[in-house]
Amino acid sequence: MSIIFAKSVAGRRGVRPPNSDVPAAAGLPPDYLRQTEPALCELSELDTVRHFTELSRRNFGLDSGFYPLGSCTMKYNPKILEKVAALPGFANLHPLLPQLRQGGMLAQGALRVLHDLEQWLAELTGMAGYTLQPLAGAHGELTGMMIVAAYHRDRGNRKAEVLIPDEAHGTNPSSAAIAGYTTLPVATDPKTGMLDLQELKAKIGPNTAAVMLTNPNTLGIFNTHIREVAEIAHRHDAQVYYDGANFNAVMGRFRPGDAGVDVMHLNLHKTFATPHGSGGPGAGPVGVAAHLVDFLPISRVVKRQDNTFILDYDYPKSIGYIAPFYGNFAVCLKACAYIMLLGADGLREVSEQAVLNANYLMQRLKDSYDLPFDRTCMHEFVLSAKRQEKQHGIRALDIAKGLIDRGFHPPTVYFPLIVPEALMIEPTETESKETLDRFVAAMRELAETAAADPESLRQAPKSTPVGRPDEVRAAREMDVCHPA
Amino acid sequence: MLPTDRKYTKSHEWIKIEADGTATIGITDYAQGELGDITFVELPEVGERKPAGEVCAEVESVKAASDIYAPVSGLVAAVNEDLDGSPELVNQSPFEQGWLLRLSEVDASAADQLLDAAAYEATLREAE
Repeated sequence: MSIIFAKSVAGRRGVRPPNSDVPAAAGLPPDYLRQTEPALCELSELDTVRHFTELSRRNFGLDSGFYPLGSCTMKYNPKILEKVAALPGFANLHPLLPQLRQGGMLAQGALRVLHDLEQWLAELTGMAGYTLQPLAGAHGELTGMMIVAAYHRDRGNRKAEVLIPDEAHGTNPSSAAIAGYTTLPVATDPKTGMLDLQELKAKIGPNTAAVMLTNPNTLGIFNTHIREVAEIAHRHDAQVYYDGANFNAVMGRFRPGDAGVDVMHLNLHKTFATPHGSGGPGAGPVGVAAHLVDFLPISRVVKRQDNTFILDYDYPKSIGYIAPFYGNFAVCLKACAYIMLLGADGLREVSEQAVLNANYLMQRLKDSYDLPFDRTCMHEFVLSAKRQEKQHGIRALDIAKGLIDRGFHPPTVYFPLIVPEALMIEPTETESKETLDRFVAAMRELAETAAADPESLRQAPKSTPVGRPDEVRAAREMDVCHPA
Repeated sequence: MLPTDRKYTKSHEWIKIEADGTATIGITDYAQGELGDITFVELPEVGERKPAGEVCAEVESVKAASDIYAPVSGLVAAVNEDLDGSPELVNQSPFEQGWLLRLSEVDASAADQLLDAAAYEATLREAE
């Protein structure tokens, strides 16, 4: 299909407003007047509708099919959450209202949503306090690491390093670096798939500001030594950062705060069923243990003695502002509604089902592909196409492309970096056994095709408008501007 | 197969002591194969001092960004400027045209401690 600019016809209009009777340049200094016409495309309303309808039909989303993108928790987001977020009392609220004189009294419902969500997240994770403001998971990580830095400054500690397992999400070292730290990797024990405690002990020292870890980690393995990791870190006055990207595996079963975690973030857009990626803005709330509460960003939602809520700014040790207003309010509202919808038992069942689905897939696929860490997994697991690569020259990328032709979104590939030809699969709790079985059949058939007809897989996908984008050229000669 | 005129590290760098006493550094054929098509190479400034074991360059491919570690300490004497427009040289010729940087003021005996071609090849077989 052509891009919308190619469909433009000079003079064509969707809407013809009446001529303006206000003088065009009234009151505007000439410096602020545009000298050329804006380069907009000119289409009728119908052409525009058809263009975007066609685009939407070419999109693949969770509403169109199975989307087992490892580490991303592409679960189904109940449509009722959208209804809640669209309630006029919330949707039409002006975000500046709580900051106006007496305006807070007109936004009590919204403030209560924020307050209650903070309380529930604190309860679920065992942390003392929360901010809901970070606008994405990585923004949460940065906020958390800024809190760690503020803590050390406050204590007069001079520490420069952060230790991070080698299987971690790339955002961990990048967040620590932007917060001003040097990062050092800690190896994964090849037998257990967990952080190597001996190496941690060897690398940690007075210069260590924090240890960042994800649990379960990106291999889908729960680190049963997390309490020991925290004890080792605390002996050196290092803080423990918990990346909650994989919290969908442990709700109602494990509270990071109980294991000694000092600061953590959650991805509302993963675990708490709010839209994802291009589907909507994210939210990465940060929770902290009691000794870090004073450093949380402002503003903070406070419940007063008379049971009303206000935004409070008076926290001298706070790291300050990190987001406009109070983060992505509508996302927080959806997460709040999701928690109310499921309750404590429901959330525990979510995690149990997510873990069950992943283990079911892992057991049914481990004969067709290599399974580098063969042990009970949590919400996701990592296969390797090393066997296919060695024997038939078919790589994880080819398997992923083949899945597209079979109606599935591919899993995450080539991550974590410590597994060659990685295929990282996360089915989530919202998929039925029938869907999982269809995926198993497709993956097994792909393994057979890799042996019988590898050439056909190198050609895949054939069912999409674009087969294989030239990723190398796109990276080497990046040019994202369409010539106007 | 592997050039025997140089030393290797477990992290897949090679280092070659030149006649003038400088040391040329690059990544091995195995490393470029694992990385896949290289899209960008970030090189240090000439004149920077690089302690052994510290990051001295970064190689980005379609799959990953990887740190390259200085096998020995030294002063950056030159960088391979051809990689600026043609990072694919690292894929095409990792041991020759695709070199990354040259260090001066290196301790040649420190390089002697590194792996020779046979020992490096053995680590690759182990990894398989």
